[in-house]
Amino acid sequence: MTFDRATPSEHPEPSRPSRPSATAAPSATEATEATADGRTSITVLQTAPVLEAHGLVKKYGNVTAINGADFELFPAEVLAVVGDNGAGKSSLIKALAGALVPDAGEIKMNGGVVHFHNTRDARAAGIETVYQDLAVIPALDIASNVFLGREVRRRGLMGSLFRRLDMPRMRAESSNHLTDLGIGIKSVTQSVETLSGGQRQGVAVVRAAAFGRGVIIMDEPTAALGVKESGMVIDLIRSIRERGIPVVLISHDMPHVFEVADRIHVHRLGKRAGVVDPRERSMSEVVALMTGAEQPTDEERAGGPRPDAR
Amino acid sequence: MARSTASTTASTPPSASPPGPTASRQWLTRILREPLLGPIIALLVAIIVFSSISNTFLNPFNVSLILQQSVVVGILAVGQTLIILTSGIDLSIGSVAVLGTIVMAQMFDANGPVVALLATFAVCVVLGAVNGGLVTVLRLPPFIVTLGTFTAIQAATRLLAGSQTYQVPDGSPLTFLGTTFRIFGFTTTYGVAVMLLVYAVVGYALSQTAWGRHVYAVGGSITASTLSGIKAGRTLFSVYVVTGVIAATAAWAALGRIPNADPNAYQNANLETITAVVIGGTSLFGGRGGVAGTLIGTLIVGVLRNGLTQAGVDSLYQNIATGILVIVAVTVDQFARRRTQ
Repeated sequence: MTFDRATPSEHPEPSRPSRPSATAAPSATEATEATADGRTSITVLQTAPVLEAHGLVKKYGNVTAINGADFELFPAEVLAVVGDNGAGKSSLIKALAGALVPDAGEIKMNGGVVHFHNTRDARAAGIETVYQDLAVIPALDIASNVFLGREVRRRGLMGSLFRRLDMPRMRAESSNHLTDLGIGIKSVTQSVETLSGGQRQGVAVVRAAAFGRGVIIMDEPTAALGVKESGMVIDLIRSIRERGIPVVLISHDMPHVFEVADRIHVHRLGKRAGVVDPRERSMSEVVALMTGAEQPTDEERAGGPRPDAR
Repeated sequence: MARSTASTTASTPPSASPPGPTASRQWLTRILREPLLGPIIALLVAIIVFSSISNTFLNPFNVSLILQQSVVVGILAVGQTLIILTSGIDLSIGSVAVLGTIVMAQMFDANGPVVALLATFAVCVVLGAVNGGLVTVLRLPPFIVTLGTFTAIQAATRLLAGSQTYQVPDGSPLTFLGTTFRIFGFTTTYGVAVMLLVYAVVGYALSQTAWGRHVYAVGGSITASTLSGIKAGRTLFSVYVVTGVIAATAAWAALGRIPNADPNAYQNANLETITAVVIGGTSLFGGRGGVAGTLIGTLIVGVLRNGLTQAGVDSLYQNIATGILVIVAVTVDQFARRRTQ
């Protein structure tokens, strides 16, 4: 009944064969679509957003959580989303992750309008979220956590009739993913509760990275961690970007944001105040933008610099 | 400033093991990693003590007797394990089985054994689904739900039985689980074999299938399970339905053991299953444990009762001993959890 994703015929690699370009060069495919007039060599840099939202609205009674918010995420970038408490950034992220359904506005994935009714819909579209409270099961082992909800069954009769899990394969793949992202965990058979906070975060990130074909959203991934472990998570974010997967990073920690973000989405009063380039604005300026002490430039208000300027 | 801190930490390899495990911590991790170790030691100690007191304790006839005495509670404890793993508790499981025996015996006279068995399974599954529905759809606490259904089912059983017992003819399919067979020179009943089969099947499902992972996950954290894409409500509901099937099986085994359906039988079965589960090392907080521990827990209780009876100890003292054992088991569980979290 809950084995929907555990078909034995499923391809062992997390990246689906139908989307081989998702990790390799997402900008190239987008560019050829965008430029039917033949100027491909010039406009390769003219990338289209992987995930975008326009005019999102969400009201709870008299409270407006999202007030006409826009959002754009481009391929292979780290977009930080910052905002004061109550600015509505987590509501925005929940809408993108399928955890809430907006009252108005549209969300597009790779140019096509999508409707997420729950987190499963968003996951099916390739959006993986690493939640602040981690969403790992402490008593289960690492491999089971990585494949939770997407278990792989054995081939043949053992899998189809007896529903037997392919634990060796899930362990091997989990182990590979951990190594790929540089997380030093000796054994994937140990339970998650034996891990440190940073390692647990690592497991949650690995799970997202293993299955996130389109977008990975991280909600305050370093909030509960020490300095050293935060550094580990920042490195993880970088290695995910290197794989070509864009990351949305929600964080209060300005030094972390400036360390890893390519662009910073400043959220204020339920909508996007602007998108800034961390090389052009200082931390104190971003804080001033968050609180409204400073006004964004017209370009920033319009969505800021394109990431391909880099 | 923070920039430089992070870049230096980035170059150092992340440490794999938690820092400086002390001796007591190591001992605890051993117990946690091998949660069966404690129950197995307790069972062995009990066996050694009683066999040194009584010469007849370990003879095949007595061992078979212990197993047969454990069958009904042993089967029910499998269902209780499932529910406790989801961080629930089922106070109604014994009363469902008792109602099952009455239904089976009453249906047998007019409709024969096949209809009687089917009706029993149907009734028990429906009652399991009622518990499961109340827990998952209305999101009520399992303790309250099953306390309510326990009271209602017990009363319904007495109304249905009309304060009398129903004899089932010996040798009919309804008492089949009480018939004996010999295996490797050891005589036991089919009921014992069915009990072991139920443990094997559920043990396999828990450890080898996605459903089993989901049962543990839902018991560990229902929020995290939902965020991980598990259909938590469905998993939870399925556990209660499976428990209904197990209760019906226990009802069948009960008529095999005593071919007489009595509305007042197995009054303590609910609590005895919880005892077996807890002694077997399954956490009352959900998400950790398993049926292997419960089988050992069932055997510990069986050995204790049989051994103390042979030693001439009053059954009330046996209850005291079992009660102490439960408290010890829960203390170990609490202690272990506090240390790891």
